[in-house]
Amino acid sequence: MKQNLIVIGAGMASGRALEQLFAAAPDAYDVTLFNAEPRGNYDRIMLSPVLAGDKTYEDIIIHDSQWYADNNVTCRFGEKIVAIDRVVKTVTADNGDVLPYDKLVFGTGSNPFIIPLPGHDLDGVIAYRDLEDTQLMMAKGKGDKVVVIGGGLLGLEAAAGMAAHGVDVTVVHIMGHLMERQLDEAAGYLLKKSLEEKGITVLCGANSKEIKGTDGKVSALMLDDGTELPCDLLVMAVGIRPNIALATEAGLATGRGIHVDDQMLTSDENILGVGECVEHDGAVFGLVAPLYDQAKVVAKTLLGEEAKFTQKTLSTKLKVTGCDLFSAGDFAEGPGREDIVFRDPARGVYKRLVIEGDKIIGAVMYGDTADGSWFFQMIKDGTEISDMRETLIFGPSYQGGSTVDPLSAVAALPLDAEICGCNGICKGTIVEAINDGAGDLAAVRASTKASASCGTCTGLVEQVLQVTLGDSFQMPQAQPVCGCCELTHEDVRRLIKAKELKSQAAVWQELGWKTVNGCHVCRPAINYYLLADWPIEYQDDPQSRFVNERKHANIQKDGTYSVVPRMWGGITTPDELRAIADAADKYNVPTVKVTGGQRIDLLGVKGADLPSMWYDLNQAGLVSGHAYSKGLRTVKTCVGTDHCRFGTQDSTGLGIKLEKHLWGSWTPHKLKLAVSGCPRNCAEATCKDIGVICVDSGYEIHVGGAAGMEIIGTVVLCKVETEDQAMEMISAITQIYRENAKYLDRVHKWINKVGLEWLKEQVVDDAEQRKALADRFELSQTIYRKDPWAEHAKEKSDIYQPLADLTTEAAE
Amino acid sequence: MSWIDVGAIDDIPLRGARIVKTPLGCIALFRTDEAEVFATSDRCPHKGGPLSEGIVHGKSVTCPLHNWVFSLESGEAQGADDGQIDTFSVRVKDGRILMNPAELGARSAA
Repeated sequence: MKQNLIVIGAGMASGRALEQLFAAAPDAYDVTLFNAEPRGNYDRIMLSPVLAGDKTYEDIIIHDSQWYADNNVTCRFGEKIVAIDRVVKTVTADNGDVLPYDKLVFGTGSNPFIIPLPGHDLDGVIAYRDLEDTQLMMAKGKGDKVVVIGGGLLGLEAAAGMAAHGVDVTVVHIMGHLMERQLDEAAGYLLKKSLEEKGITVLCGANSKEIKGTDGKVSALMLDDGTELPCDLLVMAVGIRPNIALATEAGLATGRGIHVDDQMLTSDENILGVGECVEHDGAVFGLVAPLYDQAKVVAKTLLGEEAKFTQKTLSTKLKVTGCDLFSAGDFAEGPGREDIVFRDPARGVYKRLVIEGDKIIGAVMYGDTADGSWFFQMIKDGTEISDMRETLIFGPSYQGGSTVDPLSAVAALPLDAEICGCNGICKGTIVEAINDGAGDLAAVRASTKASASCGTCTGLVEQVLQVTLGDSFQMPQAQPVCGCCELTHEDVRRLIKAKELKSQAAVWQELGWKTVNGCHVCRPAINYYLLADWPIEYQDDPQSRFVNERKHANIQKDGTYSVVPRMWGGITTPDELRAIADAADKYNVPTVKVTGGQRIDLLGVKGADLPSMWYDLNQAGLVSGHAYSKGLRTVKTCVGTDHCRFGTQDSTGLGIKLEKHLWGSWTPHKLKLAVSGCPRNCAEATCKDIGVICVDSGYEIHVGGAAGMEIIGTVVLCKVETEDQAMEMISAITQIYRENAKYLDRVHKWINKVGLEWLKEQVVDDAEQRKALADRFELSQTIYRKDPWAEHAKEKSDIYQPLADLTTEAAE
Repeated sequence: MSWIDVGAIDDIPLRGARIVKTPLGCIALFRTDEAEVFATSDRCPHKGGPLSEGIVHGKSVTCPLHNWVFSLESGEAQGADDGQIDTFSVRVKDGRILMNPAELGARSAA
């Protein structure tokens, strides 16, 4: 006699289970299929192509009414099960019908997670889950604004689908980069770039605060930084939760999902679970491949055959035209792993393999995913890769050959292969130029323009030179920034500007970094270049700074810190001195020292005391002296006309003005200034990076002094007549140094490279340029002219304390 | 074995570190990736520098005092330097960082 099988939910997993069941034993069960959605099984994964207009709903139906009829399935679509009696083995439908079962299958799927923001219940706030949601999105077109919360797979497919219809779409993502579960930062950056090229606005690291509405309908999303994003429709695609309500009510064991064993049996031997509603061995499922594996097991278990579900590695592809990405396996978590990274900036390609114990365990690719399935197969098979490690990242076509020599690769290029993309110069043209006498890079650039624009093909041009000239060509020994890249500091700076690179991930990718995220040498340099060139767009990254600049205090050899409050122009007051003395007492400062820059240094402060000490000093009006920074340190002054009988100008006043103007700015190396009131030079202005010597007729502006490892006197750059002119000139000098110098070059070193004449041409002779530089400095200062101590004492004091104290607990 | 919850992963900045006080002294927790954390001794064997204040790159950290670089996985000094820091088990689950008290206790008893 046939047994009764009731299936709750007509989704892809239960649908596949039924297919398997009917194929193996068409007459084993009388099947009744309930579905809350008023339709049968369709391919939910293909909703994105439906949204994008590439497919219709009819195209994505998996089981039509004919299929259900052929297989004698009693369909109860649009009906829900409201109760289950496991003792007498019946289910109750929402119309009151009570049906007996021998076996029951849960395929209740999952519910989209709706963030309980204020306003989440407004009309026009939807998830992206079913056909109804898709149709609402398809109804939007040109002139409509939509906000999508969630930069994961589903959210981006929704965004791209609507953008294809001309909708103005903004994606709001809480994490630092898109699809952070499948992609790393570099791939996330490339993806963001492609989406932005499609006209989608992408906001990462953005926290939603509130949904605003008018007349019960959504009108805007508010972010916690105050940004308002107007919209007519708001799509939340932030994840799914297994739908376990009915199972929990029936008394089945549940956690995040309905607990199932390897046979897909729930805690009741007559009830099975399949699909997104189940939890197996701690995992829940969202991708289709494991669900189909589960479905096979469900069918076998229903037929009393032996079968076992095992979890496998998964791969992901994004179904957005033009965004070619692939992610598989485990690429982020766990110790004992190594990375192989390959980047081709010109083609926008990024590939990363994660290796553990001579096996690939994860792969992320963007831009060129042709080898994805090959890597995925090796991940699944656990292939030993030790023999092909060197060439692995180049894919299957490179395996088994000899090791790859970049020169032989260049030698093998045909003469019509393009070398310089910017200027369209092929190898043949370069070889011809070389044969005509161009013997080095500069000559090739001059005669062909190859590598003369963006410069990323410089290495290739040099290789063509070497291949063509053989030993007579000496590869130039330009010092790269560090082992992470092949570019010099100067090249990196030039390319950051030329290519408008505005994030570290952008630099790493576009300039072909060989490591995942740089090293202690390049990170501070790149962080500086980005914030100097893009003060508004780029946000300073404390984790790319040396400890002193991150903690706004100088680390000492015993791990304590020194605290130096700012004294504008070296002027202080009794009240400030009392506050400093009080702080020294309160925090048991062992050493109080007067510095060479006219400041008081409190040495030996414990790291954990810093925020409260700063708070106390702030109360007395004292701010950070930046004695730790590659930035403006001090402006030293003499007393000038205030008190001195030789003083020619108000040197103290100008010093204070300069310090208040320049403080907080970051520079390639430390920047020290001094203003002396007369040529007797009591403020020692002639050994400073920038010095001012006051004379009767005005102000001499000096540059390029140093009194550290080298003692170097300044040279006079120019003379100006008024204080305002001096201020503008010094702003301009500071800014052009900030924009051009190599990281860790003091002013004198930089001037040696660019020449004093060049500097004069830029800031002295060219008034327009001088003003533009001073304006750009001021723009940057709108961001950086602030007291980091106040900010840290108020908002970041937690990070100065231990994360946890286990000294008591662990002793138990 | 029950693991101790020492805090949320988001309390450590990406490519940053925090310390945990233990009977063995300070242990540094390094967040190398969105969901990847390593735990090592906070003390550089060279001159005692606080490793938690170093720049974190890849799965390594550079000591802030004299730029010794340590693998956070093996604890070995990289390059020409010769030295070793202790490493500790650490897990990340549902955004929380878990440490093994038995491991800390066992070493403290030794």
